[in-house]
Amino acid sequence: MKFKLNASNVLVAVVCAALVLLPVYSAVTGNIFILTLFTRIVIFALAASSLNLMMGYGGMMSFGHAAYLGIGGYAVGILAAEGIGSGFIQWPVALAVSALFALVIGSLSLRTRGVYFIMITLAFAQMAYYVASALSRYGGDDGLTIYKRSTFDGLINLSDRTQFYYLCLACLFGGVYLIWRIVNSRFGLVVQGVRSNEQRMQAIGFPAYRYRLTCFVIAGTICGLAGALLANNTDFVSPAVMYWTRSGELMVMVILGGMGWLFGPLIGAIVFLVLEELLSQFTEYWALIMGPLLVLIVLFARGGIMGLLGRVRRG
Amino acid sequence: MFLLIEQLLNGLQFGLLLFLLAAGLTLVFGIMDFVNLAHGSLYMMGAYFAATFVGWTGSFVLGAILALAATLLLGIALEFVALRHLYGRDHLDQVLATFGLILFFNDMVRLIWGPAGLALPLPTWLTTPVQLLPGVYYPAYRLSIIIVALLVAALLYLVVMRTRIGMLIRAGASNREMAGALGINIKLLFTLVFGLGAALAGLAGLMQAPILTVQIGMGENILILAFVIIVIGGIGSIRGAFLAAIFVGLIDTLGRAFLPDLLRKVLSGAAASTAAPALSSMLIYLLMAIVLVVRPEGLFPAAKR
Repeated sequence: MKFKLNASNVLVAVVCAALVLLPVYSAVTGNIFILTLFTRIVIFALAASSLNLMMGYGGMMSFGHAAYLGIGGYAVGILAAEGIGSGFIQWPVALAVSALFALVIGSLSLRTRGVYFIMITLAFAQMAYYVASALSRYGGDDGLTIYKRSTFDGLINLSDRTQFYYLCLACLFGGVYLIWRIVNSRFGLVVQGVRSNEQRMQAIGFPAYRYRLTCFVIAGTICGLAGALLANNTDFVSPAVMYWTRSGELMVMVILGGMGWLFGPLIGAIVFLVLEELLSQFTEYWALIMGPLLVLIVLFARGGIMGLLGRVRRG
Repeated sequence: MFLLIEQLLNGLQFGLLLFLLAAGLTLVFGIMDFVNLAHGSLYMMGAYFAATFVGWTGSFVLGAILALAATLLLGIALEFVALRHLYGRDHLDQVLATFGLILFFNDMVRLIWGPAGLALPLPTWLTTPVQLLPGVYYPAYRLSIIIVALLVAALLYLVVMRTRIGMLIRAGASNREMAGALGINIKLLFTLVFGLGAALAGLAGLMQAPILTVQIGMGENILILAFVIIVIGGIGSIRGAFLAAIFVGLIDTLGRAFLPDLLRKVLSGAAASTAAPALSSMLIYLLMAIVLVVRPEGLFPAAKR
């Protein structure tokens, strides 16, 4: 892929450079708050990127994506509570459980289309939410405190803010790179073909269902990784992570940044979470502004921020 | 036995209440092809309006009527300001915009009424139990919910099937463009249908208010239930919504009432007490997943466009 000098690419390059240099800024100015805020943003950007793989490239509008955040988080939290603190066990388990969950609900959900698909993915996420609420051994409704972050045999110390931030950033860039490779592979092209015209892809011999399901599972697994990171970041996991409004927020990040743009979800996550942070400093009732803002964005900024920048370029 | 009758009635009452909510949702969806997540917010506003107006007027009935009118007006205003620009857009856009409206309404309620919940006390004539059968008593208020909801359902059926406006609604539902081409004022019709849906949601909210606390976010869980119902019933079908709502109301209520005891007979005590609440909360979603897998169009799909 050749790098073209245009508004959206410049924005992405500047944002990525800023993210890499952020801990330096934080160390120089002593502003720890910005580092914790951006650790959260980077984690949510990873989750939103995985949703973008599904929505933007696969055309699958999942309204239950936050379920994987919770599943990845609970995998880490439950293993930690049972005395297994090694990340080399916790994280693969988190990924495997997320993949398994995605395989099960994907194989059922993908039999439906359109609004029915939106609703059935929502229903499965709600089921996961209620199961987590009923886990009385692991905190139930109140959630589960994680007393010790995942350990990696001295390889990396997750309790160190800067190291943890760079780990999250590496996961994000790794995830986006993976998605980029997927999207441009034969597999990814088939998935995008199915999004445009499923019948035609079927007719020329591609088993559309299996391709979509594979894409669904990959996206769920990446989001499971984000869940494991999030649990380590907050030292806590609760059913609220999986609540349907959280899935809605992930969708907002994707659309806000620009669905179907590789770095759209990152931009969307930054704008959404920074805006939330700024508005909540300014007023307790931040949603009073955020809500109508969302309506305006949907009405007037189709294609999200990246889409807008693309339009500027074209004049 | 008495317990079973009581729980059956509770289930029926809950189901009818869900029907009021689902009817508005399915009308709006079937006719305008519009996914309205903010429907739950209208339900919440109905409850808050009722709590306020009953407090002001001192009369439950008068307050309820005022609250109903207020929700109707709010619905029409909402349609006029924001939602009518979203018809014909992608479902995803509609989901996002109305998600934004949920955020807005929740914080607006917090700003106006404060974060603590409100209580809506019942007048004494509605609190006395009524004897249904010899030895079977049932709260008068819940009984009146059943009666009102059945009346509204019958009225809705009459309006949609037997009046001119209902004919237009059905025409709009089966083919929007054609109805518009024949000279029907589609914009006005849509606003009217949306207002009707809002009023039904408000009615559900204000009737539920005395049973539960009036609080922020009360519309969210029940909105998801209403969506489950219209998906089970078949999107756009009022008859389907009615049957599915009663079905879901009964399953949910009976599941919560009897599942723990049933499980305790099969499983050990500890396992049952963990599994029962999860399973009874999940029952409806499980049902929906099964229905969607077996009949992806819902049980009673509306006529094809």
